[in-house]
Amino acid sequence: MTRVRKYHLTLIGVAALLLVMSLVRIITGENDITSSGTFNAALLLAVPIGLAGLGGLWAERAGVVNIGLEGMMVLGTWFAGWAGYQWGPVAALVAGLLGGAIGGLIHAVATVTFGVDHIISGVAINLLGPGVTRFLSEVLFKEGTRASAAGAGITTSPPISGSAWTPSLPVLSDGPDLLGKLESTHWFLLSDLAGILRGLTHDVNILVVLAVLLLPLTYFVLWHTAFGLRLRSAGENPWAAESLGVNVYLTKYVAVVISGAFAGLGGVFLVFVSNKYVEGQTQGRGFIGLATMIFGNWRPGGLAAGASLFGYASGLQLRSSGAVTTFFLFGAVLLLAYLVIQVRRLLAADRPAELAAGPARQYTLMAFAALGMVVLFWLWLTVEQLPNEFVFITPHVLTLLVLLVASQRLRPPKADGVRYRRGEQH
Amino acid sequence: MSADTLATARPAVELEGITKRFPGVVANHDIRITVAPGTVHAIVGENGAGKSTLMKILYGMQKPDEGTIRVSGTEVAFRTPSDAIAVGIGMVHQHFMLADNLTVLENIVLGAEPKKGGRLDRAAARARIERLAETHGLRVDPGRLVEDLGVGDRQRVEILKVLYRGARILILDEPTAVLVPQEVEELFQNLRELKAEGLTVIFISHKLDEVLGIADAITVIRRGTTVASLPRSEVTSARQLAELMVGSELPTPETRESTVTDRVAFQVGHLTMEAGGHHPAPKGVPVEEYVAKLRADGKRLLLDDVSFAIHEGEILGIAGVEGNGQSELIEAIMGIRPAHGSITLGELDVSSWPTLRRRESGIGYIPEDRHRQGLLLEASLWENRVLGHQTRKPARKGIWVDRRAARADTERIVRDYDVRTPGVDTLALALSGGNQQKLIVGREMSGEPKFLIAAHPTRGVDVGAQAAIWDHLREARAAGLAVLLISADLDELIGLSDTIRVIYRGRLVAALDPSDITPERLGGYMTGAIAGTEET
Amino acid sequence: MPAGLNRALLTVAGAVIAIVLAIAISSVAIIAAGASPLDAFAAFFDFGESARAQSNGVAAFINRAVPLFIAGLAVAVGFRMNLFNIGVEGQYRLAAIVAAYVGSTFTAPAPIQIAVIIVVAALTGGLYALIPAVMKVTRGVNEVIATIMLNYIAISLTSYLVRGPFAGQRAAGQLTTTTPELPESAMFPNLNVVFDWFGALPPTRGGGLQGFLLVAIVLGVVVWIVLERTRFGFDIKASGLNGPAALASGVNPKKMVIAAMVMSGGIAGLIGLPEILGDKGAFNSNFTAGLGFLGIAVALLGRNKPVGIAIAALLFAFLDRAQGSLQFAGVPSSVVTIIQAVIVLLVVVANEVTNRLALRLEERRAAQQLGRDNPVEVTA
Repeated sequence: MTRVRKYHLTLIGVAALLLVMSLVRIITGENDITSSGTFNAALLLAVPIGLAGLGGLWAERAGVVNIGLEGMMVLGTWFAGWAGYQWGPVAALVAGLLGGAIGGLIHAVATVTFGVDHIISGVAINLLGPGVTRFLSEVLFKEGTRASAAGAGITTSPPISGSAWTPSLPVLSDGPDLLGKLESTHWFLLSDLAGILRGLTHDVNILVVLAVLLLPLTYFVLWHTAFGLRLRSAGENPWAAESLGVNVYLTKYVAVVISGAFAGLGGVFLVFVSNKYVEGQTQGRGFIGLATMIFGNWRPGGLAAGASLFGYASGLQLRSSGAVTTFFLFGAVLLLAYLVIQVRRLLAADRPAELAAGPARQYTLMAFAALGMVVLFWLWLTVEQLPNEFVFITPHVLTLLVLLVASQRLRPPKADGVRYRRGEQH
Repeated sequence: MSADTLATARPAVELEGITKRFPGVVANHDIRITVAPGTVHAIVGENGAGKSTLMKILYGMQKPDEGTIRVSGTEVAFRTPSDAIAVGIGMVHQHFMLADNLTVLENIVLGAEPKKGGRLDRAAARARIERLAETHGLRVDPGRLVEDLGVGDRQRVEILKVLYRGARILILDEPTAVLVPQEVEELFQNLRELKAEGLTVIFISHKLDEVLGIADAITVIRRGTTVASLPRSEVTSARQLAELMVGSELPTPETRESTVTDRVAFQVGHLTMEAGGHHPAPKGVPVEEYVAKLRADGKRLLLDDVSFAIHEGEILGIAGVEGNGQSELIEAIMGIRPAHGSITLGELDVSSWPTLRRRESGIGYIPEDRHRQGLLLEASLWENRVLGHQTRKPARKGIWVDRRAARADTERIVRDYDVRTPGVDTLALALSGGNQQKLIVGREMSGEPKFLIAAHPTRGVDVGAQAAIWDHLREARAAGLAVLLISADLDELIGLSDTIRVIYRGRLVAALDPSDITPERLGGYMTGAIAGTEET
Repeated sequence: MPAGLNRALLTVAGAVIAIVLAIAISSVAIIAAGASPLDAFAAFFDFGESARAQSNGVAAFINRAVPLFIAGLAVAVGFRMNLFNIGVEGQYRLAAIVAAYVGSTFTAPAPIQIAVIIVVAALTGGLYALIPAVMKVTRGVNEVIATIMLNYIAISLTSYLVRGPFAGQRAAGQLTTTTPELPESAMFPNLNVVFDWFGALPPTRGGGLQGFLLVAIVLGVVVWIVLERTRFGFDIKASGLNGPAALASGVNPKKMVIAAMVMSGGIAGLIGLPEILGDKGAFNSNFTAGLGFLGIAVALLGRNKPVGIAIAALLFAFLDRAQGSLQFAGVPSSVVTIIQAVIVLLVVVANEVTNRLALRLEERRAAQQLGRDNPVEVTA
């Protein structure tokens, strides 16, 4: 077999995915599968998840498990809402960032300085976040306050004043809107591509663009700067880093505070989407973000793929509740592809070593895949509309499935979650 | 270099009156060492003599309570390793300090990264590393992940790390512990080259032959203090150094008369362990055949067709450089890691049994790392007595843990095995290493085992405890116990064992009679220098 | 045993310091909110004017403590062996709705009816906890992430079940969806008789003093015995303190993960029962949520020991009960959540610090007692 580079594989994968999506759209007639509206919504929904995931990435690459992302995100939403209604979007951004960073700081103090178990500290922060914001709401948004006059309730902030700039790509997505025209023709493949591109370029909030840029920025900082190297070494082998004079405590502090800031930024986005702070609006996205990071094998690219997937699932649900059932067909097609590949490999390879290694296991696996395919296909044929609850849990179920399949191949940082104390070698 | 010239040059490192106390313990006491520049200076001492603490002090990882350090004549006070690095001291740690998931380049430049416009300048780093590697003969590919490197390569990375920081003084902490002989020779070659370029090497070891082979001067540490400092020329034999290391009388673990019976107590046959995870052999295929196929496929084997039998009243010693399959052998016998082949205790085939059942049927285990596998450090002594004996008297009463009986029996162990402790409710971590080990020995003996694995039973314990543990092993042997003794201490192996087998790269390569073998010859087998080559 | 006593004293001291600090921090918050901390603290002890109100207050306090205690126990069983069952929240909600539904489908004499409901709840919780356990054991999936995901799945599933397959008759004009009403024989008798002993008026709200308290006490004793006195408990402790040593001593880590997780989930299944069997008589969409997460806090506060958990549950319930009186005193009632969260955070920090201190003291004490001053091995 020739050596195919990773990004070639990715490109091929993306192309195949596009093809399958287009096919599914043609078969089902659900145009929303690749409509620009769906992708616009998907982008908006993927960004907060992705930001939370990036937050997780920063912390865990430095060796601190951060399940407190949810709590930090909640802090981000409240502070964004509170600052946003008074001083506009930019203030909301800064305040949400700081709110999340404070959460991160608390986590850093507990885990790095005091050596508290990372999970325990994270749980505590997830209690603290909603508690503090509720308290602040009760104090600052209660009746008779200025905020209340501006439209606040005990669970919501007043709407954010002013709005952010939402540019579009000239000519293609705006004005002549060539992509839009192409999309509405519903041609095979071409319209799908146009829909996706237009969705990602039409009326995009400038902050979304900035948020998306944080992804390559994170990659650059973590993998191409000295600081990033030190940060990753703290997550892989802090004792080695310490022995070379790296200040591991400081590195971890910075990483966890940035982690909190990213989570807070994710919260800011949620506030922007609904134009105000609403209690409980994170809906566990901090956890989903964490899941995307694991999903993405602690790498920014994989994380982005995970966030896009979850964003897309929710975006599609928003646009058309019926379209989600096409996921069944989608899954069935993927399983079919898997089966075809497996059968071909079995037919091609009759090396005894491979056969001796456990064909029984492989056959059961294939049998399960075949069964799953049939079930999914049947579901697609019979189920008209999925209850909302089931759609909501799509990312969670997908995460579990990915973990089941890939857990052993995932490569978390080696000292992730380890209590590190200066001068105490393991 | 002769002793006279050593004295005249300004010392590279001078330690004076270094003392370090830990709660209740004095780890270093009035250490005095003078290291001449451009030499290899060995520091030898038993495990636990205080070498590691001393090195941590010299490398800024710990602060001395008293005493002064001078580097090239100037007094220094280190707060962190960076301070030590700044004056040109570098350390190659015994347990490699490498991040597996980073590349060689990243590991080397970490903490001293070349930057260009805010980004890590990989090209500059690569050029510098390659230049260093070339001038010192330390070849290694900067782009590879450390994860994929072998032990020797990793050590070269460690040395490059130190050189990259411009170190003129290198500390090597037990550098040969994990190396195979060719690698040791390569390392020594590298060290000689470094010396020739005027660098100073401080070489810490307890392997006397190696020390004699490389060092220009030797300092001996015993019980936390320096007892002798001599140039190589004044050292006549390893025996002389050994006596300095352990004090006047060298405890000899000799077993007097043979108690070996003709009843086989324990046996393993064709024990084989794959490196990349266990795959059970297909039904109907004999183990030998399957293993042959694995070998033919070029699979790396951690244990390769290991067979031996131990009789009642026999101690079988396994000699070998660490990392040649000893841990895997133990784990396979204990049922912690799956392996191919048969394991027989008395008449019973135990190879498919879980760990617990093996223990219940009479296998005892003194683990190689007592903190990792032998003790619950944060639990009381009597709870540690229960560990591994949850299902047996006296610790068990039905589904309950019999606390009273367990306490009483722990008191018996404390008495009989001379465990120095305030009481049986003390936490295990409050005990010294020797007393912890005596507790473990007592516990494992109390199950009336038929077969005992003793892995490094006296590692890191004081001389008194060592003698006591040897006595207990001998008594148990006289009473008919079969013992598998795995040790890095060759004197211990030769003195206690009835038979010695040598393990090398997962294979048993030689069977030797301890009555007519010297540590030197045994060392030859262990390093593959004797057995592997000329037998073919 | 002075060694143990020493450690216990340090632990208590740590907890007390943490609580005092938490009170100080929340006082600052209260002042910042423009209210008086003194009023607030008075409100915590203000159980009402009338005798009836006081009885109701006491009952509400105990009734709140019971599920918190059970939740704490459920979490602690896993935490004892470093198995983080974050999924208690999902396990108890799913168990509650299944038990409420199953209980409504038949009628039997009270003891049988109640026993069946309890068993169904425990089974549901245990089986749901089995999922992450099996995933961990067979595929190495981290239980923290798995249980978090399963929480969301369970929560969505219950909200689907209560409005779909398990939905009962909705009373006219009611907005909440609910499972069918349980038969009278399923209702756990209350303990209002206790108030008679003290010559107080029986409480009237929330089903009185719920009889499930007795079940909780029995459960606590059983869990204590299992954890502290049995071989199983020893194996759990050993696995938590040192996994490799437990493995070498013959403890099967996979079996332990499964057993501990199922036990944890089984206990979690009972969390919702006091509310259903003692008060509501059905699972409806107003069912108390969040007890699983609070259970984590309670377990941490109680250091994973049943007695500690009981104290922690009482403390949390005591704080929770005061929400109404706080409102009356003009203090934002959510200050309670802040106090709770801050206590937990400070207590886990205090635990770390006291633990380290205790270990160091013990080392020093042992060294002194043995008069050892000669150098011994210092581990690298």
